This record gives sequence, C-alpha cells and structure tokens, in this order.
Amino acid sequence: MDIEAPSYKWVGTRPVRPDGIDKVTGRAMFGADFSLPDMLTGKILRSPHPHARLVSIDVSKAAALRGVKAVATAADIPEIPVDNAFVGDAPTNFRHWSSNVLAREKVLYDGHAVAAVAATSPAIADAALALIEVDYEVLPHVIDVKDAMRDDAPVLHDDLFTAGVEPKPDKPSNVAKRVEFTLGNTEAGFAEADVVVERAFRTKAVHQGYIEPHAVIANTAEDGQSQVWCPSQGHFMIRAACAKLLGIEISQFRVFPAEIGGGFGGKINPYLEPVALLLSRKSGRPVKMVMTRAEVFRATGPTSGAALTVKIGALKDGRIAAAEATLTFEAGAFPGSPVGAGCMTGFAPYDITNVKIVGYDVVSNRPKCCAYRAPGAPIAAYGIESVLDEIAQRLDLDPIDFRLKNAAKEGTKAAYGPQFGKIGCIETLTAAKDHPHYGAPLGPNQGRGVAAGFWFNFAGQASAAVNVNEDGTAIVTYGNPDIGGTRASMAQIAAEVLGIDYDKIRPIVADTSSIGFNDITAGSKTTFTAGLAVHEAAKDVVGQLRERAAKMWDISVDAVVWENGVARPASSNAGDFDPLALADIAAMAGKTGGPISGHASLAATGAGPTFAAHICDVEVDQDTGRITVVRYTAVQDAGRAIHPSYVEGQMQGGVVQGIGWALNEEYIYGSDGRLQNPGFLDYRIPVASDLPMIDTVIVEVPNPNHPYGVRGVGEVPIVPPMAAVTNAVASATGVRMTELPMSPPRLLAALENGS
Amino acid sequence: MIKDHVSTTINGEPVEFLCDPRQTLLDVLRDELNLTGSKEGCSSGDCGACSVMLDGRVVCSCLVLGAEAEGREVETIEGMAQGETLHPLQRVFLEEAALQCGICTPGFLVAAKALLDRNPDPTETEVRYWLAGNLCRCTGYDKIVRSVLDAAAEMRGK
Amino acid sequence: MRYEAPRAIEEAVALLADAEGDAHVLAGGTDLLVLLRAGLVTPALVVDIKHIEEMCEIAQADGGFRIGAAVTGAEFGEHAELKRAWPGVVEAMELVGSTQIQGRATAGGNLCNASPAADCVPAMIAAGATCTIAGPAGRREMAVEDIATGPGETVLGKGEIVVDFLLPPRPPRSADAYLRLIPRTEMDIAVVGAGVNLTLDDDGLCKDARVALCAIAPRVLRVAEVADALIGSAIDDAALELAAAAARAACQPIDDKRGTVEYRTKIAGVLVRRAALIAKQRAGNGS
Repeated sequence: MDIEAPSYKWVGTRPVRPDGIDKVTGRAMFGADFSLPDMLTGKILRSPHPHARLVSIDVSKAAALRGVKAVATAADIPEIPVDNAFVGDAPTNFRHWSSNVLAREKVLYDGHAVAAVAATSPAIADAALALIEVDYEVLPHVIDVKDAMRDDAPVLHDDLFTAGVEPKPDKPSNVAKRVEFTLGNTEAGFAEADVVVERAFRTKAVHQGYIEPHAVIANTAEDGQSQVWCPSQGHFMIRAACAKLLGIEISQFRVFPAEIGGGFGGKINPYLEPVALLLSRKSGRPVKMVMTRAEVFRATGPTSGAALTVKIGALKDGRIAAAEATLTFEAGAFPGSPVGAGCMTGFAPYDITNVKIVGYDVVSNRPKCCAYRAPGAPIAAYGIESVLDEIAQRLDLDPIDFRLKNAAKEGTKAAYGPQFGKIGCIETLTAAKDHPHYGAPLGPNQGRGVAAGFWFNFAGQASAAVNVNEDGTAIVTYGNPDIGGTRASMAQIAAEVLGIDYDKIRPIVADTSSIGFNDITAGSKTTFTAGLAVHEAAKDVVGQLRERAAKMWDISVDAVVWENGVARPASSNAGDFDPLALADIAAMAGKTGGPISGHASLAATGAGPTFAAHICDVEVDQDTGRITVVRYTAVQDAGRAIHPSYVEGQMQGGVVQGIGWALNEEYIYGSDGRLQNPGFLDYRIPVASDLPMIDTVIVEVPNPNHPYGVRGVGEVPIVPPMAAVTNAVASATGVRMTELPMSPPRLLAALENGS
Repeated sequence: MIKDHVSTTINGEPVEFLCDPRQTLLDVLRDELNLTGSKEGCSSGDCGACSVMLDGRVVCSCLVLGAEAEGREVETIEGMAQGETLHPLQRVFLEEAALQCGICTPGFLVAAKALLDRNPDPTETEVRYWLAGNLCRCTGYDKIVRSVLDAAAEMRGK
Repeated sequence: MRYEAPRAIEEAVALLADAEGDAHVLAGGTDLLVLLRAGLVTPALVVDIKHIEEMCEIAQADGGFRIGAAVTGAEFGEHAELKRAWPGVVEAMELVGSTQIQGRATAGGNLCNASPAADCVPAMIAAGATCTIAGPAGRREMAVEDIATGPGETVLGKGEIVVDFLLPPRPPRSADAYLRLIPRTEMDIAVVGAGVNLTLDDDGLCKDARVALCAIAPRVLRVAEVADALIGSAIDDAALELAAAAARAACQPIDDKRGTVEYRTKIAGVLVRRAALIAKQRAGNGS
C-alpha cells in the first residue's frame, strides 16, 4: 500500500473529541448510569474460600424471601463440554469462562462467584445472599506460582494435562502449557560470549485498576428478545459470550455499548453480563448489577505475577551473542496467562542470532487472569532489560548505544517467527539518546535508567459505515467502544477522506445489531483496524459522490475527481462544470439514486509493530527505601499519530501504570488464601502527587500497511517502565532489585543487604 | 424502613427528597435524583470520582449520608457549566485532552474548581497534592495537571 | 437505622445513653460510612454531632487552644494562629486523607476511631493535649494518650463523647513536628508516624520534650525514653541517635500488608530523628 503524502488537513491535528462535552458535564452514560423502570438489583454470592468443593447449594430460603424475583447458580446454565469449548479458531475457552462466571463443582479462588440473586432492592438482595446455604468442602489451596508447580501441590483441575510436552503427561498438573521459541544455538553463543549475566526475577499480580467497576443492565421480553447495556472492550465479544454461555442464539439479543470507564484489557472477559441476562430471563424484569470495588479486585483482572530467569551473553564489542529466558506466569484459576506474548516480545527489540525462550502457564487459586495492556510483555521486559542494563554496565557501554548496536531493523528475524518489515526501533532509541533528558545532570541520591520495549499491535475484523446526511454532514458508525478518544480519530480519518470539516462529522459507536461484527478494543488495534474500515467506508462514499456528480453533469464517472471536498471534472476535456461540494450532492441524493451510504467490512492485517525507549530518573531515600520518580521521558514510534494529544495520553498513562507496577502495586494474599487488599487504600495505584510530568516524544516511522502509516500506540508504553525504574534505582544505589514491587520495605532490606 | 425527609439545595435549586437513613449522598444523587454525573468508583473515599461541593467544601459524596444534606448547599458536576457556557476548566480539559475514558473527569473538575476558587494561582505541586484524592488510571495525570494550571492562568487573565 | 442531628451536647449524650442497640457518633463519617457500606457495622442509631456549635469551633483559651472534636482537618489548616503555635498538630491533622477527606474528617473521629495508625493522635499526645469527655454523669477531662486502649477500643463508656481538645499555652522557643512514612505521597495509612514537641532554653538546649509514635503498637504510644534522650541535649547527632534507639526499643509492631516489624522499627528511629530536627529548627526560629 502506498503511503499518502503527509500533507493532511485533519490527520495529525488535535481537535476536541466529539464526546467531550458529555464527559465534562456529567452527561455521558457509563455502565452504572443506566436505569430502567421496574428494574431489579442483582447481586452475587462469592466464595470466601480459595479452593473448595461445592457439596451443595441450597437457595430455597433465598428464593422464598419476599422481594426476591430470581436466584441462579451454575445449574441454570448449560455445561460446556471440553470438546465444544472453543468457537472457530479464537483462543477463548468458553468452558472455563462458564465456570468462572458461576462456579461449577469447585470454587477456585477467594471471590469466585457461586450464586446470584435478583431482588426488588439492594437490601433485599443482600438479605437473600445471606440466606443461600452453601456446603463447602474446603480443599488445600496454592497461591504462589512456584508452589503450584510442585509435585505435591493441590491440583486445581483433574482434566488439565500439561500441553506442549512430549510424551503427553499421564498425571494432571497445574502447569497448563509449556511454550518454546528458539533461534540459532544459544549454547554455542554463550561459549563465545565475553560476559554472561544470569538473574532470577519475581513480579506480583497487578490489577488493571480502571476506576469504573463492572456494571450491566439486562432486560428480556416475553418473546425472549433481550437487550444488554454494559461497558466493555467489545460488545460483540460480550454478545458471543452471553450466547455461548447461556446457549441462546445471537439474534435473540442486542448489546449496547455504554461509555466505558477504563479497561486496559480487564473488560474483555464477561463477568456480570451473562448472569444479569440469566436473572432477567428468569425474572422477566430488567436486572441491574454493579460490582463493588472489592468484587472488582477479588474476581476480575488481574494480570499474572511471574517468576523468570534471564541469561544473556555479550561480546566485548557490545554484540549480544546469546540470550535465554524462562518465564513462568500465574494464569489464575484457569489456564490462559499471557506467557506466550511475554516470550514473543521480550527479545523482539533486538537482532540476536541465538535465542531460546521457554514459557509456562500455571494455574493457582487466584482470580482468572485477564489481559492487561501489552499482556505479558512488561514482565518479560522487566527481566530482560534489567539484565541488558547490567551487561552494558559490565562492558562499560552506554546503555542506549549497547541497545542500538543490537537493535532490530527491517529484515531482522525475530525469535518468535516473523521477519520485520519497516520498523522504528533504531529511530526510537536514537531519539531517546538525543533527548536533553538523557544528558541532564543528576542530583544527590538520584539515578537514571533506560529500557526499551516492543509490542506487536493487533489487527482483526472491523465493520464501519459512513452515511451522508441530506445537509452535507455525515455520520460515521463503527463498532469499537471508545475508551480513550478514538471517536475523534475516526472523525479525523473520515474528514480527511471526504474533505469536509471535522465538525461536520458525528462518529457513533453502534450496538451489535446496528453494524457488522467488530473485534474487541484491545491489542492497540482500534485506530488501525476500525480506522481502516472507516477509511474504506469513506472512500466508498467518495466513489458514490463521484458517481452522483457524474450523473448530475451527465458525464462519465471516470471523468470526475474528488479533491478537497468537491467533485470536479477531471480535466477541461470532461466538460466545464462548477465544482460540486459534498453538501450540493447530498441535497440532490433523492434524485440521483437515493441515500449516499458507504460501507466497509474487513479483516485487517499488517498492524505495524511498535517500539518504545524510556528514560527514568529516580531519587532514593536511603534511610527509608522510598523511591520517587523525579523525571520521566517516553519515546515511541506511533507510525503516524492521528490525534497526537491522545497518543501522548496513551504514552503517559501507560508509563504511570508501569511505575505503579514497579513501585507499590501488588496482590497481597494471607496464608488463608484470601486477598488482603481489595481496595484502593491498600492496592496502591499512583496518585497525582507521586509523579512528575511525563515527557513524550512521538517518533513517526510510517507503517507501510496503512494509508496514513498508523501503528498501534496504546500498549507499548507500559512495557519499559518497570525495567527503566529498576535500572534507575540501580544507578542511584548500586543495588539491582530483582523483585517487584520495589516497595519501601523491600528496597530498604535490599539496601542493607547490599544485594 | 422509615425514610427521612430532606430539604436541601442542589446546584442552586431547592430540592426535597426521601431517603433511607443508610443511603449516602451519592446514592441519593444517583438513584433518587438521577444526577449520575457523580460516579461511584470505590465507596470508601479512596478515588474521588464522587466529589461534590458541600457548603463550599469538596467532599466525597460516598462518605456523606443523604440525611446530612438537610439545610445545606450541594453542588455537583451537573451545575458547573452555566447554560451552554462551559466553565474554563471544562473547556481546557477538552482542548488539552485531559481525559481519556472520562469516568474520573467529573470528580477532577469539581475538585479542581474548589482549588481555583480558593487559590487562583496554584503551583504544580499544590495542584498535584490537592488532587491526590482523585484517582485517574488513564492519563498519568500529566494533562490533567497542565489543564488545571492553564485554566487557572486563563482565569487570572480575565 | 435512625439518624439524629442534635444541637446540644446534652441532647447527643442522652440519645446515645438511651439508645437500644448499636449507637454510633457520626462526626466526619470518613471511617463510619466505610464500615456501614461494607456491612461491618449495623447501627440502630447514628448521632451526627456536627450541628453542635461547641464541637465545631477553635477558640483561644487560657493562653492555649480549645478545639472542638468535630473540627475538620481543613479547618485546622485554615487557622493561622493554631498553625503558628502548633505546626506539628496541624500538619498531622492535615495528613489525614485527601482534600475531600480533609473537608470532613475530624480530630475527635481520628482519636475515637482508635486506630493504632491515627495521624493526629501522636501529635496531640506530644503536644500534651487533654480532652473533655461529656457523658451521662457530666464532664471529665483526660489526657489524649489515655483515651485509646487498643485497636478500635477506647475508655469511653455508653453515652460518652469527646467534646474537645485542649492544647496548653506555649512557652517561648517551643515547637512541634509530625512526620509519617507512607509508600505513596498521599492516600495511605501511616506505616509509622512520629510526633515530637520541644522547648529549647536560651542556649538552644532542649529543656523539655514529648514524643509519641503511631503504628508501632496496638495503640499510639507516648515514649518518655525518646524525650529523655533529647532533654538536656543540643539535639545533636549523638542525642538524635540515642532518641532513635529509644524509639526503636519502644516499638512493638506487627507484620501486615502495610509494613513489617523490622521495617516499622527502623523507620520509627528515622522519623523520630527527622521530626526532632524539624521541631528544633522551628523552635529555634522562635515560632
């Protein structure tokens, strides 16, 4: 695909987002803001045990309570057999999702949903939950990933045998899967190396931490037709999950996207939606369910905690000779940690001949993990970029020069398979090195760290429509929830193609019955994929506008061009006509063939990978172990920034989530297997006063697979920060922290041990 | 449950409502009065998404009983714009892209307005500490803090 | 649950004393409403004391200050004379929660909630503050350090409420300071907190000192040994090290999600040293 010359009118500008007024005035309707007449309140009973057999659940007393209109357990939804767990080639295991939404036979973590009620008031719903009698046979539990791998560990699933090993094991295990990626021969590489560093690291499970708790309203009519309103990262995915989990046809219901108050991967999986739909079908009334913050922490998210080892060897001249890593990720109660993506991304910024990465996906008695921004990549990068930093130090090389010497470029074969096309790894590292921050002086007790990061970026299915209104304005309809300003980008793309003003375009995120299928808003794919669909749909409109102009002028369509928002004759040979603006053509649509409506449905490929390089300065209080991030610069290849403010915002937000992961965020379990910090008081996400401004540099190495050169931007910013902060702490103190978070007690202990 | 009758003022208008004594001011605003601009993020005063003004002070409405509003003045995000004219903070938040998902935005705006009403020329550090009780998970706070400083400068210039 | 908002202390005392079932005082509500919401308390009666004028005022009295128990953190910070005389007490109260919490949270609530990690309490104890307790049998005065007996436990009997705090007059060259350690910069509960109150003599030697620590024992402790290490010294390195050691020796903390025994003990020493230096500087500046 040819890249259009970068002389854009709208692409690259910073207009106010179309949904902005609603969001600064309180008008915007998020998940919990909807209500319906005659609505019931739904609530969920959750397991207090990390691991127990459900001997019996007696709901009779709850069902008999006045005001209770429906009670549900797993017995009310069809069991999905093992050989029917998947739909098509998608990786989603619906059997596991079903057992996660309402526990079947066993509860597998503190907070696992056991039963649900719908009642006429929240107080009655609470009273009903207290009347449900559950007989638990408490089983031994295992929380830590390393403990879960031991031979004598309590086994969560009797039908789980480690995949990816030969011969196939004959005993069930908590190790769901082993994956391996290799390139060249690492043994030979290490033999040549002048310096080899091997380190082991641990990270803790962290939550996405969106401020909006999960919420839903479901409503079912007597004919079985249902509506579901909810915030999610993909209402088509919620539709698929509800249909599969409840055994109903997709045409029987419609999912409306509420405004979504943050997701970061955590609002991909279904939790409340199938349950609300079930309760609504049982009661015949609308059912609203909203999680408490404690429920969000106990039963949704988080991403994996992990144990990893990294071994890298390099030559004196700074070339990496060989690199190995073993990543062991917590999946939570069901298989499916992002260990594969961790393995694939970790060494991807570098051109290394000999690589071996092994990953293990391990279940334990924790909530089923869910995607979190660049799933898996930050964990791998934390270990790998820490070891790289140590090697650069040992070889007395500048850490950015060392990375540049090994940087991936066009033609580099990545260990996970592909050969890179045009990428911006070198440009990104170079921009970091040239940034004034990199050479700025440091104060006492301060240190500077750098780290790089990689993310694939995803593409996928999208469907969009552009409808031209009779007054010359246009509606852009697409199907990806707007979490961070994508409506603006869609309007900019349509304005660019149509040549009309941004303000004349209204972008709408449509419900599942009003537009074709769209994949989830995840994987940094929306501006690329939905943007491509909008671009194609707008081009479809341009084709129709040319046809209408040709009709109005009675000349051949080939003789009409569309330029700067008007139709013109292609040359004087075509005839002498005054240009027709979009509004002129729209006004005559009824006489020239009816409504002007462009559509595009596509399965996009070619999302360009993106690279990031971060510089972090910290100050360490040597007496208390407190770390303060005092300066931070994030450099990233965006391909082409459609709306630079929102690209910067993604970078800043990702960085700060990474800083939280590095410094203070962690799931803390007691010896009883219960989560001890299910709230924002003790699950410590960064607050405004913890942080400096986050400087950003957008590098633009256009993606050749996109008309404007767009690459995904949302995820890679969370990849480098944990290593960048760790490397900065090492620079300030001489101590390399191999365990996250680097909370004050941990750092002070390490400072005193000098390790 | 016997309900309490409460007479109060919300965004300058007299309002009466009935509430269960256990209901919070946030419950009343959202569930009884349909003022859903104030958001519930935690119900424990840790996120600030439910920030409202109560007799001129910014508070978490999840930590105020509905019954406590009797005879007092409540201001919410819904009262911040004057007709079609946005408050400068609202406008600058939009111009500078200080929101991504937008769930925390009403709370930030209410809290930031309380700051500027009291201190028209805050430093960056003062802004950051004043807003430390408002959690945002999308923006990293950078554009929010800049917007508050820029709106303050603009308001001083008037 | 019944909600009452009496106008007089006697009325509040009568309501609480006569209550059948669980009755709670509602001051700022920043602890009570969290417990209510989580279903951890189910009171039959809640008595809102914020309409009792006497409990909502700061007054200068007998050379010191009388601070109503329902005065909020924000009001502490806005009172210039109080801030000048008792900067440590004010900074401690201002550390309780966010701006939003500051508009509601009260010193009386912070004391009566009886958290071992209450920020304003060590500063009040270091200040030598007493409080007035009103109850069915009339009023009595008690030292702040004697109110809490353990986590969530106080000496208050049925129908008793803390009405106010009394801060004594300030001798010349006196000042106080409060420091706490939290992982973030705001929004956390103290891992350790230290309040130091000093009076210097004309030669700059420490004439009098009171020190209290929080989050290192089941209740906030006044530690005389730390004060003794400072008294008579120039608050130099040697005295500070003795004070820090005494602080560490006084610690009897627990391991929990917020800190370890080892960490809390070390930090108690660090904070005592730092707070003493701040108080010394403030006292020397003639505040």
